[in-house]
Amino acid sequence: MNDLGPEDRLRFEQLVLPHVDNAYNLARWLLRSRADAEDVAQEALLRACRFFRGFHGGDARAWLLQIVRNTCYTWLEKNRPMELSVEFDEELHLQTCPTPETIAIAGDDRERLTRALETLPPRFREVLILRELEGCSYKEIAAITSIPIGTVMSSLSRARRQLYSALANSSQGACP
Amino acid sequence: MRCDFADSLLQGYFDGELSGRRAAEFERHLQHCVDCAVELVDLDLLSGRLQVAQLYEAAPASLRKKIRADLHPVAPTTAMSQPLLWHWLAAAAALLLLAIAGWRVSPSLRTDDYQAELAEEIVDAHVHSLQPGHLTSISSNDEKDVKGWFRGKLTFALPVLDFANHGFALQGGRLDVVEERSIAVLVYAGPKHLVNVFMWPTRERDASPRVGSRQGYQWIDWRKDKIEFCVVSDAPTADLQQLQRLFTR
Repeated sequence: MNDLGPEDRLRFEQLVLPHVDNAYNLARWLLRSRADAEDVAQEALLRACRFFRGFHGGDARAWLLQIVRNTCYTWLEKNRPMELSVEFDEELHLQTCPTPETIAIAGDDRERLTRALETLPPRFREVLILRELEGCSYKEIAAITSIPIGTVMSSLSRARRQLYSALANSSQGACP
Repeated sequence: MRCDFADSLLQGYFDGELSGRRAAEFERHLQHCVDCAVELVDLDLLSGRLQVAQLYEAAPASLRKKIRADLHPVAPTTAMSQPLLWHWLAAAAALLLLAIAGWRVSPSLRTDDYQAELAEEIVDAHVHSLQPGHLTSISSNDEKDVKGWFRGKLTFALPVLDFANHGFALQGGRLDVVEERSIAVLVYAGPKHLVNVFMWPTRERDASPRVGSRQGYQWIDWRKDKIEFCVVSDAPTADLQQLQRLFTR
């Protein structure tokens, strides 16, 4: 990170560092792991710093989140390539039996939502996280994920439907 | 049956992303499409659930530390340019001033009045927590789950301990705001009463327990290892002393 001169470094600290929480939160949900999120978010920040000279104003949060997202996908391709090819599988989802542990925490909605979100494919999970947790506009989501605005709308629709379905399954407990 | 609009206009309408003209068009449609009207309510419920669950996870202190270290590699003093050096000097001077001010003010702050005021606020927080739905943000008797929930939310290492074997079963935890700072709270089910244990970081020396009561609630306050503890309950003081001993043993 030493490439930046003192002025650029100060600008980086003022513009980009306030969004470290957003960076970590997106990585945590994309990677479904806090430890991996910490590593990947750090790597993304390093990249952001390296390419900071190429950032000419604009929305620093969207710019950083774009880098975080790309770093996450690169990481997933390398470490868990299966996850990127798996589509949401309702059959598979229905088969998961409630263990004593899941029954014990079933009363906790936060836990239930977390599990349901984590069953969605990354591409649907990310639009939900960006919309519902980050409060991004469609335009920002399109910029961060590099998908057309029209597709943002249909992705959100499918993501929300899949989340419903995952939540419904988790509360049914489809085992004998 | 899902309506054709459900995948497109409905989402945009719900998210407030439609132009005025298209929103009006969708509202006309909404007047005679029950499916869309129902789905709109469902979307709102789902969104509300996601908000209430506080799923957002802030960056842990360790990540911030690593990023700071990346930005400011070791031995920066020789290479440090003038403007940055001034920043450091200004920060150091400010810290020194704060330290002097703190040293002069803190003994007077720590009077009985201060203690009473703090106890008042904490008892209020305790009473507030007894209202339905306010007791815990994470409800679990598992130390690891509760500790995990606090991760990234605190600037100090919170001791999360279950004392079920000693009659105080961990119920969960939450964050409260008392005197404009956020305070970690662990909730225990005692022999007959609920007990809140409030914890926040302090710079002051360890202090032995002080006992008080207010509006029918008992509290015990002490400091240990740079953490200030305050247990509050309507349980008898003897019960609270037992819990206090479990924490300090």
